[in-house]
Formats: sequence, structure tokens, C-alpha cells
Amino acid sequence: MKILVAVKRVIDYNVQIRVKEDGTGVVTDNVKMSTNPPDDNAIEEAVKIKEAGKATEVVAVTVGEEKAQETVRKALAVGADKGIHVQADGILEPLAVSKILQKIVDKEKPDLVFMGKQAIDDDCNQTGQMLSALLNWPQATFASKINVKDNKLEVTREIDEGLETIEINVPAIVTCDLRLNEPRYASLPNIMKAKKKPIEKIVVSELGVDISPRLEQLKVEEPPKRKAGIKVANVAELVQKLKNEAKVI
Amino acid sequence: MAVLLIAEHNNKELKPFTLNAATAASQIDAEVHAVIIGQNSTDAAKQLSELPVIKKVLSVEAAHYENFTAENYSPIIIKLAKNYSHIICSANTFGKNLMPRIAAHLDTSQVSDIIKVISPDTFLRPIYAGNAFATIKSKDEKKCVTIRPTSFDPCESTGGSASIEKIDASEEFSNTKFIKREEIKSDRPELGTARIVVSGGRGMQSGDNFKLITEIADKLGAAIGASRAAVDAGYISNDHQVGQTGKVVVPDLYIAIGISGAIQHLAGMKESKVIVAINKDGEAPIFSVADYGLEADLFEALPQFMEELNKLNTIQK
Repeated sequence: MKILVAVKRVIDYNVQIRVKEDGTGVVTDNVKMSTNPPDDNAIEEAVKIKEAGKATEVVAVTVGEEKAQETVRKALAVGADKGIHVQADGILEPLAVSKILQKIVDKEKPDLVFMGKQAIDDDCNQTGQMLSALLNWPQATFASKINVKDNKLEVTREIDEGLETIEINVPAIVTCDLRLNEPRYASLPNIMKAKKKPIEKIVVSELGVDISPRLEQLKVEEPPKRKAGIKVANVAELVQKLKNEAKVI
Repeated sequence: MAVLLIAEHNNKELKPFTLNAATAASQIDAEVHAVIIGQNSTDAAKQLSELPVIKKVLSVEAAHYENFTAENYSPIIIKLAKNYSHIICSANTFGKNLMPRIAAHLDTSQVSDIIKVISPDTFLRPIYAGNAFATIKSKDEKKCVTIRPTSFDPCESTGGSASIEKIDASEEFSNTKFIKREEIKSDRPELGTARIVVSGGRGMQSGDNFKLITEIADKLGAAIGASRAAVDAGYISNDHQVGQTGKVVVPDLYIAIGISGAIQHLAGMKESKVIVAINKDGEAPIFSVADYGLEADLFEALPQFMEELNKLNTIQK
């Protein structure tokens, strides 16, 4: 079984976001970037499945600017066998990314495609579902447990009501929840080894897909700020304020 | 052209957020139709027809709709889509799972998790865990939009009498099989809609200590929330998680106990009307969003809090 894992380069989750003064977006210059957190879970799960002898190859793919390659390199350092970097600049909507990934799937013919359930920059939560629609494959979103059987996966999904378990036939798409596993750190020797692993570079125009934006971002602004609150001295004062000032209890 | 709302239900009755999504749909266009896809879901369809903002209900029943799988839902909605300008549902796990599958088939760039309808083609949505708001205009002919339910009031639930039209089922998608659903049952209000939420973080130190929170939540008629750190530490199950990748809550009162206030947690609760933080670290970021901050050891403060609540003659429910 061959697993393709899609990874995205985003602003690191610990960075405090700053909105550009001209309202065109958020500041990304000189800001720490890293792999979208649930994409790390996707890579980890694919590598674990391979280590358990249930997969033969793990391919990491990313779509984005030149530096997005770092994200693939990191995936190689934690166990992916091969990387693909589809070079594309500018804003890419999930629909465009899913069309690009569809082309990569046609080419690589994986049995499974894994990715994070959501990217923490645009918070869209669309790409996996869109890719499975384009391929007409089953989808298991928000996966917190994956059990690989012969040509089938049993997947436990995180839903609002609790947990749901479904069985999907391969080929299939899985989008991963943070709860799926604990991503490993890359060891220094593995980082060195990863430098020798191949990354195939594809320029997006070679794929012949329409990636023109359909959405126009008119403005990006800071959310309204909360009024500064107060510190109370003790519990009695807190309860009194909640009762008589805020009138919420 | 009218707007099509996808109803979320459990075959017996509508899920509450369907009412919030109906409000958002009615802000886009007055002509709102709703589709309900299920099995033995006649009662829920009738309930839908009674929402005054809904002008027409389309109802389809088949065994393969019993468990709401996106792979079975999407073909029927795609077929209906030709008659509609917009397709709307909630941005909860139901809608997040389903809508992109529809949007991709329609070759439409979805607008996710909107918090405001500015005009029929322009919407406000949070990005970067709510640290920025983006105004987005869709140039697609058909628009697929998911709405953040807590940003829209629920519509009236009675007084309407829309017609219910039965439509034909589409074929079953055989590569996905539902096995089971483990719903966590609770007598407490649901986290997503509760008026008061009491949440615990890593500062709780153990799952056992959450009983201090349970006690207060019971007294206040509140739902119980948690930070990702508390969930990851195994103190409490994931369905309690509030944050960017958990639930977004907007209660009248949010009490954060032993929660430092990581960016991803704040994303899930900072729109709450009144926020209380109890934390022994006076520098914790949670205090920057709190209306009332108490710098104290929670193991001393919580028993006192309970004691003070017991002294009150009345507590709003």
C-alpha cells in the first residue's frame, strides 16, 4: 500500500498574528513558519503504518512557494520516503489545491491520501473533502484512530456528539485530528539522511489545472478588542460582581 | 434564485444549530428552502416546515441516509443545486464534513465558517484562529457557505407552514460503511449552546480534580469545557474541548479555571459575553481577555466559589 501525505507550510502556531496595516493580509515577513500541526499527525500516522508493515511507501507532497519545500524535507526527516513539491505562488484556495492534488494522485497512484483536517492559517477545513469528491473516493474526516485492514480502513472520527466509527474501502482519503497520535521529532541523523532523499519539483503550470482564485479577499482586519477587564481581590468579590454587576448568575 | 439550507437532524428531530443556519440563510435571501435527508425522518421534516423563515421543505428518505454520511448526502444536494444560488449549512462537524464535497462537485470555492452576511456575495469570516477577520467576496455563480452557528441567533421555531415535497433518493455510495456512533450522554446543557460554560485546563492537574468543576457547573446549570492541554493530558474527553480545533462557544458567562489562554484556546471562547479567569499565574494570557480575573490557587478558590454560590438566594438558570 502506498500513502500520499499532503503537508502545508503555515505560520507557526505559537506566533501571535499581526494584521497588516493596509488591510491586505497578515504579516508573514520574518515570521517563524512550520508545518501545519495536524499535517504532522498525518505524516506520523503514515510512517507508523509503514513501520507496522502495512504500507510500502510514504510520499509527502506540498503545494506552495519555494520555501514550502522545508515542510517536505521535515516529512522526509521523520520517515517519508520521497517528496514532491508543486511550486505555486500566491493565494491558493482549497479548491485549487485539491485539483492539484488530484493530478498528483493520478500520477503517483497512492492507495491512501492523508492530510491534516484543517490548516491553521485560513481555517477552511475543505481540501481533503474536496479531493475525495474529485476522485469520488470515500472520506474519513477528523480521524482520531485508524485501523488498517485488508483493503479497508476502520476509522474513528471526532464528531460534535462524541465519536463515530466508519469503515471505508481503499482507495480513500483520511483527514487527521490532532488526537490521532503524538508526532515524533526528527533526530539529527535522520535530518541528515533526509537531505539525500529525493524531492521531485513540479511547476504548477505543468499540471494544467485552473487555480485562479474564485474568492476576492476585500479586507483583513483585527477582530474587535475586548475592553480591559479588572482583577478582583477574592472569590466573594467575584461572585458579587457576577451577580450584581454582570448579572449573569 | 432561492437559498437551499441543509437541515441537520437525528432522524427524530432537528439539531438546534439548524435554526441558526436558517437565520443566516434568510439574511442572504428571503426565499429559503430546506432539504432534509434521512430515514424515518418525517417528524423532523414537519418540524422544519414549521420554521417561519422556511418557504419550502424538500424531504428524502432512504436507508442509506440514516447515518448522514457525506458521500450519500452530496449527490442529492448536487442534483438540487441547479435551482439555487446558495447552499448553506452549519460549520460544525456535520457541515465541515459535507459541504466541501458538494462545493468541489459544483466547482465552487467554498466560504467556510462565516460570522456575518455582509451581502449575498460578501461575508465576514475569522482566519488564524480568530486573530484576524477577513471580508470575502465570492465570484462563483453558486455559493457554498458554512456558517458559524454561534454567530447567528436561532430563528423562530413555530408558526410556519411550509409545504413538504418528497423527492427521490439517489444511489447509495457503497465504499463507505457506517459502523457506530458513541454519543456522550449528559444531563447538562450542550457545550455549543449552553448559557454558562465552566472550563478547566492543565492547572486542574488530574481528571479527578475536574469534580470541583462539575460541582460548580451543576450548581450554575452550566456545560463543562476544557482546554486542549487538559484533553491531551487525559483529564477529560475530547468532546469538551474548546478552541480552534475544538468547539467555538459564545456563552453569556465563560469561566476559565487553570487555563493559561493559548491562542488556540482563546479562538474558541473570546467572543463570550462575560469571561472570568481563575489562575495562579498573574501573567497568564487568559487575563488579557477576562472581564473578571482572580489571581488565586484554584484548589483554594473553587471550594470558596462553591460556598459563595451556596449563599446566594437565587441563581439564574
